[in-house]
Formats: sequence, C-alpha cells, structure tokens
Amino acid sequence: MNWISNYVRPRINSLFSRRETPENLWTKCPECGTMLFHREFEESLHVCTDCEHHMPISPRERFHTLFDGGIFAEIDVPTPVADPLEFKDQKKYPDRMKAAQKNTGEAEAMLVGEGEIGRTPIIAIAQDFRFMGGSMGMYVGNAIIAAATRAVELKRPLVLFSAAGGARMQEGILSLMQMPRTTVAVQMLKEAGLPYIVVLTHPTTGGVTASYAMLGDVQIAEPNALICFAGPRVIQQTIGEKLPEGFQRAEYLLDHGMLDRVTHRKDMKDELVTIVRMLMNTTPRVLGDLPAPSQTPDNTPQVTAQK
Amino acid sequence: MSSYLEFEKPLAEIEAKAAELRAMARASEDDVDIEKEAGALDQKAAGMLAELYSTLTPWRKCQVARHPERPHCQDYINALFTEYTPLAGDRNFADDHAVMGGLARLGGVPVVVLGQEKGNDTKSRIARNFGMARPEGYRKAIRLMDLADRFGLPLITLVDTPGAYPGKGAEERGQSEAIARSTEKCLTIKSPVISVIIGEGGSGGAVAFATANKVMMLEHSIYSVITPEGCASILWKDAEKMREAAEAMRLTAQNLHELGVIDHIIAEPTGGAQRDRDATIAAVGVALDDELKKLMKQAKGDKLMKARRKKFLEIGAKGLAA
Ligand SMILES: [Zn+2]
Repeated sequence: MNWISNYVRPRINSLFSRRETPENLWTKCPECGTMLFHREFEESLHVCTDCEHHMPISPRERFHTLFDGGIFAEIDVPTPVADPLEFKDQKKYPDRMKAAQKNTGEAEAMLVGEGEIGRTPIIAIAQDFRFMGGSMGMYVGNAIIAAATRAVELKRPLVLFSAAGGARMQEGILSLMQMPRTTVAVQMLKEAGLPYIVVLTHPTTGGVTASYAMLGDVQIAEPNALICFAGPRVIQQTIGEKLPEGFQRAEYLLDHGMLDRVTHRKDMKDELVTIVRMLMNTTPRVLGDLPAPSQTPDNTPQVTAQK
Repeated sequence: MSSYLEFEKPLAEIEAKAAELRAMARASEDDVDIEKEAGALDQKAAGMLAELYSTLTPWRKCQVARHPERPHCQDYINALFTEYTPLAGDRNFADDHAVMGGLARLGGVPVVVLGQEKGNDTKSRIARNFGMARPEGYRKAIRLMDLADRFGLPLITLVDTPGAYPGKGAEERGQSEAIARSTEKCLTIKSPVISVIIGEGGSGGAVAFATANKVMMLEHSIYSVITPEGCASILWKDAEKMREAAEAMRLTAQNLHELGVIDHIIAEPTGGAQRDRDATIAAVGVALDDELKKLMKQAKGDKLMKARRKKFLEIGAKGLAA
C-alpha cells in the first residue's frame, strides 16, 4: 500500500571498476589551458593540478573515489511514467532521453549508492550534470526518496552531491512537484535523526537549490561552484543589475552566510568522514584510502551489515 | 471592464459599436430601433464571449491569468475575511510587500491568511514588486506559517506570482534557501493548509506557498515550473515561441487536475474573473469555506501533516497518457 515501502533493492554492480578508459589521453583545463595526462587527471579527481579548477566528475567516478576501495552497491530507483506530458519542443522528450542515455551510459541523472567511507556506512547520491543538465524530474525525485528510505532503513547518514541546471522542463509541473516531494524525503531523514550532508558542485541552480540542495544539516560546496536560484544571465537580462566579481560562486555564498564550508575535492572524503562520524556520535575517524570493507572470499561487500 | 486582451479584439469592436449606438440613441429622440440593433449586438457579443472563453488556448489562459483587473490577494482578503490583522516582517532584514498576510477570520474561524499581491496601479505594483517575493517575503511567510502551526490555526494561502525575483540582493540573501524552507514549513504544519491559485502560480515562488492539503485553482489560472516565455527561450531558443511552450507545458487548471497535481477547479464567470470580480471572489469564498469545514473535521494530531506529505510523495504517479 505504501508507495515507498518496498522497492529499494540494492544491487551490487560496482565490484569492478567501470571507469571508462578515456578516449583522449589528455584533458585540457578550460580555465588555464594546462594539458593534463589522463592518469594525472584521474588521480587529481578531475581537478587541474595547475590552477585547482574543479572540472566535472561523473557520479560513478565520484563514487569510485569516495567509497572505500571504490566499492559500493547501487540502489535501484523506480522508473517513473515515461514522458508524462507527451512533451515536444524542437525535439521529442523521449528522443532527448535516448540521446542522453547514449552519451552518458546512465539511465538517468541520479546515481544512488550504499557503501562505506572511512569505515563509516553511508548512503550517497550524486547528480549527473551530463544527463540533460542534471535536471530534476520524476526520476531524480524517486532517486532521492529511494536514498532517504534506504538511509532510514539502515540508520545511515545521507550524503548528496548536487549538480543541476534546475527543473526538467519536459516534465513541466511534475518537475516542480519534485520540490515538495524531495523535501518530504529530507524530512524523513530529519525525523529519524540521521545526518543529511549536501555537497554542492558546479553548477547547482534553479529549483534544485530551492529544495533538497539547500536543506542539508551541513552545507559544503566545491571551490568556485556556481550556486544560485536565478542565474547571472537571467538577472542581467531581466533586471539589468551589474553583478560583482565572484557573484554566486561558492566563496561568495560562504561569505554571505549561505554555506558552512568550501572544500577542495581532494579533501572532501576525509571531511565527510569526520563530520558524519561526529554527527553519528561514533568513534573518531580513520582516514585514508581504505580497502573495500569486507574481505569475504567472493569479495562481496557487506553492504547491508549494520553496526 | 476597460481593458481587453488581444484575442478579445473582435469582441471589443462589437461592444464598442453597441455603446456607440446607445450614445446615439441618447442624443437623438428616436431610440427604439437603435436599441433593438444594440441589443442584437449585445447578444452577438455575449455569444462570442462564451465561445472565446470556452475554448481558451493555454497561451490565452496565461493572458487571462495575468489580466490586471483580475481580483488580487488583497481583494479576496477584504471581501471574504473579517478582523483581518496584517502582520509584517521577517525579523531579520525587511518587510516584503510582495507578500501580505496575517490573522483573520473566515466564516468566524480564526485562521492565518497569506498570499502574494501584485498591486493594481503603477505605484502599488512597484511597491509590491509585481508580486515577486524576495527572500524576506518567504521568511515572513514561514513566520506566519509557524504561528498557524503553534496555535492550531488553519493556513490559507492565495497564490498569485510570476515567480521568484531575479535580483542581486535576493540571491545574496539566499532566496533558494528561503523558498526551500518555506516549502519545508508547509510540510510540517499540523493544522489544515488550503491553497488557491488565483492567477499565476509561478515556479518555486508558488510551490513555497502551495504545498497544501487541498490545492485549488481558478478556472483560468495557471501553474507552471517556468513562464512560457522562459521555457520558450530555453527550449526553443526563442521567447516568441511562448504559445508553443504554453501548449507543451500543460499549465492550465484542467491539465493539472487531470495530472492529479491539484484537487479542485473553481469555475469563473463567463469571460473570466476580470469581468465579474464579485462573483469570482464569492465562488472562491464558497470553495474555501467548504474545504475548511471538511479539513477541520479531520484535523487530529499530526494526521493532516502526514496526509499532506503522503499526497506530495504520490504526485506524478500518473501521466496524461490514457
Ligand atoms: Zn587549470
């Protein structure tokens, strides 16, 4: 009877690295032009080794570097009604979906995983900006509800990495309805006394910032990430206001009291472990790149083990 | 009625002609034949009006929803509520005049009433920022919602906003956080929450007020994730494609009812709310009274809060496809 009660089935699918071998061996930093060799680029977590510019990283790659030993179990997200409004602009919505799926190799714009970070069990969820701008539609809402439900079930904290242009236009009002929907998911965590940590990555804008991405117990951002409701272009076009240097960037928000911290990607994991362990009132952190949590012969992680 | 919408031009011509004939009749003595002719024009106009408004396209609905002579939040509060006592300020930065609200009685029942007000002339429109709240507006709303919750008063919101305000200060003061908290607050209130979208339900600014047990819409109001112009400029790369965008977005009360996003449509007088403001306000009054009575019977403990959360979790389970 309850819509959310029985669909969350974790699926272990990341035992083996799915890291795509880069087609180009070199990546050029869009900020300073430095050429980064693919190994160096991966090791630096897609951060320019010269100017520290944080380049996009896919949810799967992020999870690979976040979870101990790169191991996590993917949580299934219920598939919503496809193309609920039969939306057509210059292209049909299902065609845009297919193109995005082909480009990213992902089903949708959100990935949910469970695993351990620094031997701390968590649920993590990350938004994929490559997939139609990470836009928030029914699926993204379902993913957040699935993640929160699983977190409550296992009594684990939820760490969310946001990246989105905003609502998914092609789902119209139903994308807007994800604002209250995902807020209910955050309330489930709150009422279960579980930490909800938001990591805002570049860019996080529109309805996403006006709902789950701004409701964390602790709000962290990656350096220089654009975080806003109305973007700088919209403000300039409609109001014509002059905008100061660094406006709506992570450091600017920190300065205006809208964030707790701005943290370099290389320090993010350790920081999350530290914060989560204190909020969960457990023993001090164990830092470093730990191996996979369990050493059972078939190498299956004990993803459902509770402490 | 003084201002016609663009699509009402043929109607305006007929009505002008009828008025002209009657003016002529008053000037001359011979008015019998002229009155007959004018009466025929009246009939033609009435037929045309009924026809126009029973077949409004989504874009025309947007125009009607934005009509400057539609009753606004202030008009509803004045007519339907008694002992209205405005409460001001967010206790933090300012009092946002785009948002009005306070304590009042509806049919004798003390409630908190809250809404966006667009203003009705140049001066008041500027003062009201055209109904676009800044962060302090949402924070004022949160404060009033909290008051409703703590004293067990029903919350009634009247939604009429183009959306959030795209300005430097609004961004600096965290309007996204303010909107998110306002929606969150709506979902924690234990007393009944009823919303009526009376004109424009624009994006996050609307949802922050309309996360209610019962969401009603006036027949020609709209509710959408972005304006059709905004959607057109993003997806069509051409703001002039707003007609197509309005069509694709499914933003009419009828579409949203079909999608299960809203609960009830309140009928407007023929020709829209702007042609008979009193009848429109009265119809909203009847609907509010009815829903309030029903919800107050159910209000026990956190039952309504739980029902509200469940309702929003379940929205979107059905699409338009049969
Ligand atoms: Zn660089």
